[in-house]
Amino acid sequence: MSSSQDAAAALPDSPTIAAAAPDAASTTLLATGLSRRFGPHVAVNGIDLELRRGEVVGFLGPNGAGKTTTMQMLTGNLAPSAGAISICGIDLFEQPAAAKMHIGYLPETPPLYRDLTVNEYLRLAVRLRRVPRSARADAVAAARERCGLTAVGDKLIATLSKGYQQRVGIAQAIVHRPDVVILDEPTVGLDPNQILEIRGLIRELGGAHSVILSTHILPEVESICDRVQIMHHGNLVFSDTISGLRRFHGDSGLLLGLRHPPAEDALRAIGGVADVSRAADTLFRIAVADNVDPTDELVASAVRNGWGLYQLSPAQTSLEDVFVNLTTREAS
Amino acid sequence: MIFTLAAKELKALFISPLAWLVLVLFQFIIGFSFLKRLDGYLQMQPQLALLPHPPGVTALVVAPTYGTAAVILLFAVPLLAMRMIAEERRNQTMTLLTSSPLTMTTIVLGKFAGLLGFLLIVIALVTLMPVMLTAGGTIDFGLLAALVIGLILTAASFAAVSLFVSSLTTHPVGAAVAAFGVLLAMVLLGEAAVEGLRERGWQAAASMVQVLAPLDNFDSFTRGLIDSYSTVCLILLTLTCLALAIRRLDALRLKG
Repeated sequence: MSSSQDAAAALPDSPTIAAAAPDAASTTLLATGLSRRFGPHVAVNGIDLELRRGEVVGFLGPNGAGKTTTMQMLTGNLAPSAGAISICGIDLFEQPAAAKMHIGYLPETPPLYRDLTVNEYLRLAVRLRRVPRSARADAVAAARERCGLTAVGDKLIATLSKGYQQRVGIAQAIVHRPDVVILDEPTVGLDPNQILEIRGLIRELGGAHSVILSTHILPEVESICDRVQIMHHGNLVFSDTISGLRRFHGDSGLLLGLRHPPAEDALRAIGGVADVSRAADTLFRIAVADNVDPTDELVASAVRNGWGLYQLSPAQTSLEDVFVNLTTREAS
Repeated sequence: MIFTLAAKELKALFISPLAWLVLVLFQFIIGFSFLKRLDGYLQMQPQLALLPHPPGVTALVVAPTYGTAAVILLFAVPLLAMRMIAEERRNQTMTLLTSSPLTMTTIVLGKFAGLLGFLLIVIALVTLMPVMLTAGGTIDFGLLAALVIGLILTAASFAAVSLFVSSLTTHPVGAAVAAFGVLLAMVLLGEAAVEGLRERGWQAAASMVQVLAPLDNFDSFTRGLIDSYSTVCLILLTLTCLALAIRRLDALRLKG
């Protein structure tokens, strides 16, 4: 997994790269050297984050990796032990109120007043976010419609299902059209249809806002995020674009299925095969040498020796492999 | 923005049954004690008429009623305040406020204003009773004004103390009991300490401790006296507790 280590190692340089880019002005969130200690425990250890307008970043990591802590710091709900955060160029610690106007935050537990109706709650949220009086009604209506809450506007939040409550939580995060939307596990507890809807909504939000979302669902990240960041023990261990991820790991090997498999050594003898491991009874994982493509030779050998070839496919390393690899390495 | 927050708190209070219950019980107890005192006054009136300068109905009936009201507030305010910070933190709804563009000062002052708004309603309802007496006679409006101002200041100090205690824990009932304990300690110990220090001739120390004895300060108002030192003491206690609550919430952000 050397390539992902490279990616992590290259990360501290990324703000510099951004500064050199022509559209550096579109950076909506910039965090540098962010650390947080709880007593002797280091929850977040000097991470750097950068978010551009229109980008959806997926934040991954096992439980206790520091995702929520990081999000709390980014939204000004927790003071970092070290580091700086600026939102749309406004320092979060020097001008917290001004910076927070540009942030929408859905915490792990949606901050819902269960005794209010959806409309009352959103009207309160829009006022708290200092939206000008004349724009409030439109902002509430737009957020309600975007989150599919129009039909339940007059219902008490307490009577709504978990999925709808989650939507109300998202609605309060986007009601003031913030530049940065930070969602902590937005699809938790939703049914598959709702998950698809919320994903569509997040994708849509990515158009005008920047979104950071944390999740445990890896396919979710692959389907809606532009970039992935993986945290482990408070460190950022992986940071790359989804397409970069595919490029890195897409052709790292082959999967070979044979009905009558020979000894592994017979496969190793074929030119271009660097290593062979048995993935299942009749399924082999072939590591490919750098410059020779063994595909033709494998097919020819299989036909010649009657191995009964039934599958030959690129062994795509999924995000899941990267995730498992990065976050279990220390345990093993 | 403080007004928005205050309106939100007031609405939250009136949505819950607690506020209505407090209003009903308060009104019942105050009404009962008011009528009982009025009845006693009417029976005593023939003897009182023989005195050269008889005390009026305001001093004999209304002032003690306000004293009772202050004592009931001592029980009621912690119950009303427990929701405001402790319960919001427990339900994690505080995040809605802390991730909005608001300072901690605004949040605490908004909550305080909401609670004070409710207490003003309570005090207004109490004040309706002496005002009713004007239908059958005259009352001392000067004394009544002193009583109302004194009760408002005392209620404000109770509210501030209770809000500060509410910010110390995420357990609402714990916050209410603790706030009640602190207020009771202030009333009982504060008073005793002030008297004790004064007897020993330590005037300066007694004056300082008087800040911590809200009901002691309220007493001068029941004599029709708007005593500037008592007023300062009550305001000082209120502001100190509000500042402590703001600091406490700021510290939570630092501590996590």
